[in-house]
Amino acid sequence: MTDSVNTAQESPDTEQPWADLGLKQDEYESIKEILGRRPTSSELAMYSVMWSEHCSYKSSKVHLRQFGDKAPKTDALLVGIGENAGVVDIGDGWAVTFKVESHNHPSYVEPYQGAATGIGGIVRDIISMGARPLAVMDPLRFGPADAPDTRRVLPSVVAGIGGYGNCLGLPNIGGELVFDESYAGNPLVNALCVGSMKHEDIHLASAKGVGNLVVLYGARTGGDGIGGVSVLASETFDADGPAKRPSVQVGDPFMEKLLIEATLEVLHAGLVEGIQDLGGAGISCATSELASNGEGGMQVYLDRVLLRDASLSPEEILMSESQERMCAVVTPEKIDAFMQLCKKWEVEAVVIGEVTDTGRLVIDWHGDTIVDVPPRSVAHDGPVYERPYHRPSWQDALQADTPTGERLLRPSTPDALKQTLVDLISSPNLASKSWVTSQYDRYVLGNTILAQPEDAGMIRVDEESGLGVAISTDCNSRFAKLDPYAGAQLALVESYRNISVAGAKPLAVTNCLNFGSPEDPEVMWQFAQATTGLADACLELGIPVTGGNVSFYNQTGETAIYPTPVVGVLGVINNVDHRTPMAWDGDGDLIYILGDTTDEFAGSEWAHLQGHLGGLPPKVDLPAERLLSEIMVTASHEGMITAAHDVSDGGVGVAVTEMALRANIGARFWIPENIDPFVFLFSESTARAIAVIPRTEEFRFTEMCTARGMSATQFGVVDSGLGVSSGYPGEQVIVCDSQFTLTIDQLREVNEATLPALFGGEECSAQVSESYWDQ
Amino acid sequence: MSARIGVVTFPGSLDDVDAARAIRIAGGTAVALWHGDADLHGVDAVVLPGGFSYGDYLRCGAIAKFAPVMSLVIDKAQVGLPVLGICNGFQILCESRLLPGALTRNDHQHFICRDQRLRIESTDTPWTKDFALGQEIVIPLKNGEGGYVASEAVLDELFAENRVIATYQGENPNGSYRNIAGISNKAGNVVGLMPHPEHAVEVLTGPTTDGVPFFTSVLKSLVGAP
Repeated sequence: MTDSVNTAQESPDTEQPWADLGLKQDEYESIKEILGRRPTSSELAMYSVMWSEHCSYKSSKVHLRQFGDKAPKTDALLVGIGENAGVVDIGDGWAVTFKVESHNHPSYVEPYQGAATGIGGIVRDIISMGARPLAVMDPLRFGPADAPDTRRVLPSVVAGIGGYGNCLGLPNIGGELVFDESYAGNPLVNALCVGSMKHEDIHLASAKGVGNLVVLYGARTGGDGIGGVSVLASETFDADGPAKRPSVQVGDPFMEKLLIEATLEVLHAGLVEGIQDLGGAGISCATSELASNGEGGMQVYLDRVLLRDASLSPEEILMSESQERMCAVVTPEKIDAFMQLCKKWEVEAVVIGEVTDTGRLVIDWHGDTIVDVPPRSVAHDGPVYERPYHRPSWQDALQADTPTGERLLRPSTPDALKQTLVDLISSPNLASKSWVTSQYDRYVLGNTILAQPEDAGMIRVDEESGLGVAISTDCNSRFAKLDPYAGAQLALVESYRNISVAGAKPLAVTNCLNFGSPEDPEVMWQFAQATTGLADACLELGIPVTGGNVSFYNQTGETAIYPTPVVGVLGVINNVDHRTPMAWDGDGDLIYILGDTTDEFAGSEWAHLQGHLGGLPPKVDLPAERLLSEIMVTASHEGMITAAHDVSDGGVGVAVTEMALRANIGARFWIPENIDPFVFLFSESTARAIAVIPRTEEFRFTEMCTARGMSATQFGVVDSGLGVSSGYPGEQVIVCDSQFTLTIDQLREVNEATLPALFGGEECSAQVSESYWDQ
Repeated sequence: MSARIGVVTFPGSLDDVDAARAIRIAGGTAVALWHGDADLHGVDAVVLPGGFSYGDYLRCGAIAKFAPVMSLVIDKAQVGLPVLGICNGFQILCESRLLPGALTRNDHQHFICRDQRLRIESTDTPWTKDFALGQEIVIPLKNGEGGYVASEAVLDELFAENRVIATYQGENPNGSYRNIAGISNKAGNVVGLMPHPEHAVEVLTGPTTDGVPFFTSVLKSLVGAP
């Protein structure tokens, strides 16, 4: 029997499963207070998903406010935090929107579909702003590369991202692939999408205009993903927990492609007053947010929803997270034209209700009113927690364990340095990622200027003018473990630097904050520190946070993952002709290191390879980062530079090797005076980049650096003719003076062999069809 | 007036904008053709672009061949209309029986996207006449089901009749029989190609500009046609 509002009034004492739905006692009590009665089962379902951590940000809200409070003054931000995605002005009437989200838990339970629907969800966030999606990126983190579970999860995650993204026709232009013990039981699958639009095409999620119609279109609603939000995103994984597979949604990229085209066409034809994608919490979320942002009232007839499974209950329909659905608000005069365009793209659409001025969201089911709530109480006025937090007791001891020369044996002979370089570039974290990225289409749409393994992904937005955007995501979570405040800033500055070395001016920030349980005061301290660090640094660098996502409960039992604030930076380049690639080209070009190198190995890739984590992370120097950025962007714009590369993981040694591999051209370099070779080659000091300068531009470039107070030291020269003199005739060679010589072929072999050896075998080929049919 | 080349958009076509751009760069006029519209709008040639038409449901290209626009393409192709099917377009041409054989799942089971070296094996088609015979080019390859298969007799015939238009060089990327990357019909006007010339038409966005001659070839062929 349907639990209607009338029934609820007549049976105030009915026992309700609020605890099983993830609500706390006081949350249940406050729902009763809001409604003045017990909720119906449908209302209970709605509140439980909308008040879940994932949808309500109840533990993070008080900390996330800093991103608004400390936002730098900027004219670039057209739409800020709170909408589906932030929108940034990039000039010439163009705007871009970008956002990164987590799909960690679904991807662990069902790697292929979890990763696939992560892409689907973030893409719908972008189209619901009115933007055409331009590209996607995937920051991925797994347990140790040789762990059996990594071999289970990774190939299917990669296949899921490829299977969905390739089918949508969106180039995948980069991301991250990191292996660390910390993620062994809780991999992180984040997904980023960027889209562009003209200013006048920006759309928001609000139901305006009394009498306007609410249309649900796209895929039919089915039984998949029911309770996915509250169950999956708010519980941790225990070895003997119940099977959770049914909660993961199943994606259909073909439907999503049609949905993109249909949505952009109805938006551009001016047929839409407000629009919202259906993601977490499905119809509950879309209707309550649209109503809450608009006139405040909405009448919905839930029995009109087109179903894949006719036996679904109203509660299930409200909670279903079936993919590839959108909700639009359309005036009665334009509804026929709207329906016509949906038909053109073979997308099903149905009017499920209308906008009212009652201030209530009322949902009927076959004549019975099953929901009658103030929409704000569902969508925006959920509980807010000031979770207790404190600095972990182990933090001091961790920071005191510095990787000095006494603590860890450092390589000192030329042979040992050479071996260290080989070990680093063949280690899973620094090895070539092409086994992964070659499964993604990076060419589709024909506007990809830079893609992995370049520092940033770069996309041309305007084919006429060459206007483009660059995007990078980063996070070294070991740094964040050592010091979450600095760690979040280091994630930001690395991303910021990646954008700058590619020649683009950093403009805006998004983030995906992956942490353990907010109920653990030590995790909450990490979260508070990281958000404060990020907000402070964004203010100083003058780039606003436009939006983001929080993923809590990333832990196995009591053990949380390292705090992992993934930071994405978006930059603009006026003409992509000026982009700076990482591959050097011209024989005789001079190789410069910009910035200062000091002895900083805590949290470095080298220390990680030694199995050590301790000390304080590299010092953050925001003014130096800003200066470096300005110099790299000017050098690119003025044509002073032919190649550049960020110096971070693995230090200078790894950076020059990556440039040589990308170019397939050798180089000679040397250790500058007054610095230990090991420190110069492998320290991970920040605010540094490698710049390759043609001899004709040397004077202009060094003058600019001197005038602005940026240290620039030449330490090498591009040279394709070192083969004979170094005993490898016919080969491209890198020579580190009085230290070592390696051929590019030798380096490429070890760099490219690692991932195929780990994941290329038959036994861990992606479980695509198998897992699909398991659904 | 430059020649008008139609690019068909099926539901799930992805590289239609790229194909249209390549046609423009080569100097032609790109004309958008809609799958459900049984009208070729007087175009001089047709490109069936890459993508996942109809979600690749059933089999790649199997549903697209029934699209209203395809019945016209099939009829006209049999009387000489130049047609180039790229990737999914190649699959559609095989499903439509305009070309022999079939494209199957890559032998290594993974989707693969890479810059692929090819050798041009025939310059006797309207899509390849601007190349030199034996010329080596590099253009993107990106597919999950690009393994070309046909019976031994058909393969022998394709080579004997000079209908293999391009072969993979270096490591075979998808298990295609005899390294076949592209073929033509007997008349030469219908060409199917697995790699993507439309992604190699600009220095900034492609690995090379080796894809351009496919499109200039057809424009020159059309100028010479009556």
